[in-house]
Amino acid sequence: MREACDLVVVGAGPGGLAAACHAAEAGLSVLVLDPQSQPGGQVWRGEARKRENRLARRWLDRFAASGARFRPGARVVAAPEPGLLLVEEGTSSLAVRYGRAVLATGARERFLPFPGWTLPGVLGVSGLQVLVKDGLPVRGKRVVLAGTGPLLLAAAATLHRHGAEVLFIAEQAPAARHWGFALQLWRHPGKLLQGAALAASLVGIPTATDAWVVAAEGEARVERVRLSVRGHEETLPCDYLGAAYGLVPNLELAKLLGCEVASGAVVVDERLETRVKGVHAVGELLGIGGVDQALVTGELVGHVAAGKPVPTGLERSWRAVRTFADQLARHDAPREELRRLATPETLVCRCEDVPLQALDGCRDLREARLYARLGMGACQGRTCGAAAEVLFGWTGEDVRPPCLPARIGSLRLPSPPPHTRAS
Amino acid sequence: MSAVDCAIVGGGIVGAALADALSEAGMSVALVEARSIGTGTTACGMGHLVAMDDNAAELALTSWSVSLWRALAEGLPRAVEYDACGTLWLAADAEEMAAVDSKVSNYRAAGVRVEVLDAAALYEAEPALAPGLVGALRVPGDAVVYPPLAARTFALRAQARGARLMTGTPAQALRPGEVVLANGDVLAARHIVLAAGVASPSLCPGLPITPRKGHLLITRRGAPVVKHQLVELGYVKSAHGTEGASVAFNAQPRVTGQLLLGSSRQPGVGTREVEAAILERMLRRAADFLPGLDGMQALRAWTGLRPATPDGLPLLGPHPEQPWLWLACGHEGLGITTATGSARLVADQLLGRSSAIDARPYLPERFLGRTPRQVAHA
Repeated sequence: MREACDLVVVGAGPGGLAAACHAAEAGLSVLVLDPQSQPGGQVWRGEARKRENRLARRWLDRFAASGARFRPGARVVAAPEPGLLLVEEGTSSLAVRYGRAVLATGARERFLPFPGWTLPGVLGVSGLQVLVKDGLPVRGKRVVLAGTGPLLLAAAATLHRHGAEVLFIAEQAPAARHWGFALQLWRHPGKLLQGAALAASLVGIPTATDAWVVAAEGEARVERVRLSVRGHEETLPCDYLGAAYGLVPNLELAKLLGCEVASGAVVVDERLETRVKGVHAVGELLGIGGVDQALVTGELVGHVAAGKPVPTGLERSWRAVRTFADQLARHDAPREELRRLATPETLVCRCEDVPLQALDGCRDLREARLYARLGMGACQGRTCGAAAEVLFGWTGEDVRPPCLPARIGSLRLPSPPPHTRAS
Repeated sequence: MSAVDCAIVGGGIVGAALADALSEAGMSVALVEARSIGTGTTACGMGHLVAMDDNAAELALTSWSVSLWRALAEGLPRAVEYDACGTLWLAADAEEMAAVDSKVSNYRAAGVRVEVLDAAALYEAEPALAPGLVGALRVPGDAVVYPPLAARTFALRAQARGARLMTGTPAQALRPGEVVLANGDVLAARHIVLAAGVASPSLCPGLPITPRKGHLLITRRGAPVVKHQLVELGYVKSAHGTEGASVAFNAQPRVTGQLLLGSSRQPGVGTREVEAAILERMLRRAADFLPGLDGMQALRAWTGLRPATPDGLPLLGPHPEQPWLWLACGHEGLGITTATGSARLVADQLLGRSSAIDARPYLPERFLGRTPRQVAHA
């Protein structure tokens, strides 16, 4: 199948939706691609149905009325030439021709290996939150959460609301860094309110800074977790452990398209255009910044795509969210101890069963890939790549097609368009 | 640094195998590699160990090399993935089946065991193949390895005998008795062997080596689809087109349960990006032979640059105008296969030993030197 549009938006989270709304409302033909069945991305997952979050509802309604077309279950797998994306939708394939592109591919959790991290019942922090939102029953289940930053509290609140017994929230950041970050929030009144609301809903749940998971233990699945809490070790029996340390941007498509990436973020100009002409990036791709950054940058690009002047208010808002994002990055940076939790037998790459000791003697990611198969499996290094960067300082190699595993048939190029008769 | 007997410039599989062979003979060796052992063109290849019979010289070197690999197989670590899967040369029509007869006599004359399969035997051996093929030639002695770890194994064996592995060390210039490194250091060596594949001409201008780009694609792990390395007999036609891009069906079962698909050839193309149009042609050709292919999961596609010479044979031996410099390069798509034999031929010449096969067809003097000599093909 084929599609053509003025603007293709990859990712239907807040950033993608905001860009799509502005562009479509200005009369552009806009196509939005997302692997999920509903728009909303990870942060507004399920909101299209539940309609609980007011901000999400407002944007989802606006998107539905905007005239932008949404293609659910759409995974972009290759970008064979400028202006063309190859997309897989279930068992069918789609070729999308576009004039301009907005990349709004969001972020994923950063997993750092510790003994037992691959046991059943051990998940990411947001991963566990998503499962619960999607219906995993947790009523009466004992849950420990370990990670960093505001997402940790958001996940705890969701689990608490669904009846889970949240035993402990371990924040890896040192106390000084954590409270310093919290004190900066007065500059971002919205964040302060969100934080206060979250904190209120979590009253009574033990929380500590300078705390992280040392190991998860159990026979067939996790039964207990060993934590380091302010220098002391504690063991808690539990049914689920959510453990991940912040987010990393999903840069694969941007890299495949040839966009420049520096310090883990896509490089853009003031119009949020990447180094590849006509390709823009928004939201987490610019450095983890959350919903506010996604909306501001999405709106900004929407104006650019529509050929409208960018309101100065938006530019000001962007600078403000960037400040927040920089503070968040400093807060969420994994502490030194997290690099040393894995034992020689602990798997670093779970797709290819690569233990830490298999990486002995490897000096860079290419050696680790070629000699030990790190990142050579089905997730294409999405999980272990971020871990290897924290553990060893190795950064990613070039991304080659397909940027997600895809049916070979989905890599077929569309036949050339029929010749139009000269008029 | 004290002088070594031999400095090998280029730590691909050929240089690594040579380091293994020379250190085994008691020479002190330094292996100088710009990046990491076995991670250049070596890591991009299929790792097919194949006896090829395009001409007598090619058949002599490949069949001998494959037998050297077979002798090594027992002692290779499991991660090298040596798999004696054999090759099936597929005949799509009567004309290609007729070509099988001459191949049979070529191979048998060289002592290579072969079997002719009719259509029924072919489909019994490989039921996943598309209907309509007329038969195949089976070469059971061919095999498959995982090239980067094969190269690393050779290098580590040399290192265990005292060879110096100088990785992350690009060479900048070669001079009589000296390798000048990019960091300014000078490595003194009685002999220097250039084994840098496509990079060789940058260290020795005038070498007749040009890149010939190839694409490959590998699937996710799954149940094995085929049992042999499968190559279409039309490969020979397309592999030798000297102009323009060509593709041919080439499929390989990996011990991981993955299927590795090739192949394409783009003479003179030295860029590294995956080209969608070439990949498409290659995959369409492959789907002609494996009808279930479009539904399989592609995991990764990549390219590699084969170091091609005008006659398709490597340059193995002394540089005729610079007798202090030895060459072991220009293997095009047969570097993995012939690494074992190439290393032995060069080592034999350096050590003044006699070789199991005639070394003359591979001597660099056929292209270099003021009066190029006519080389008789044995």
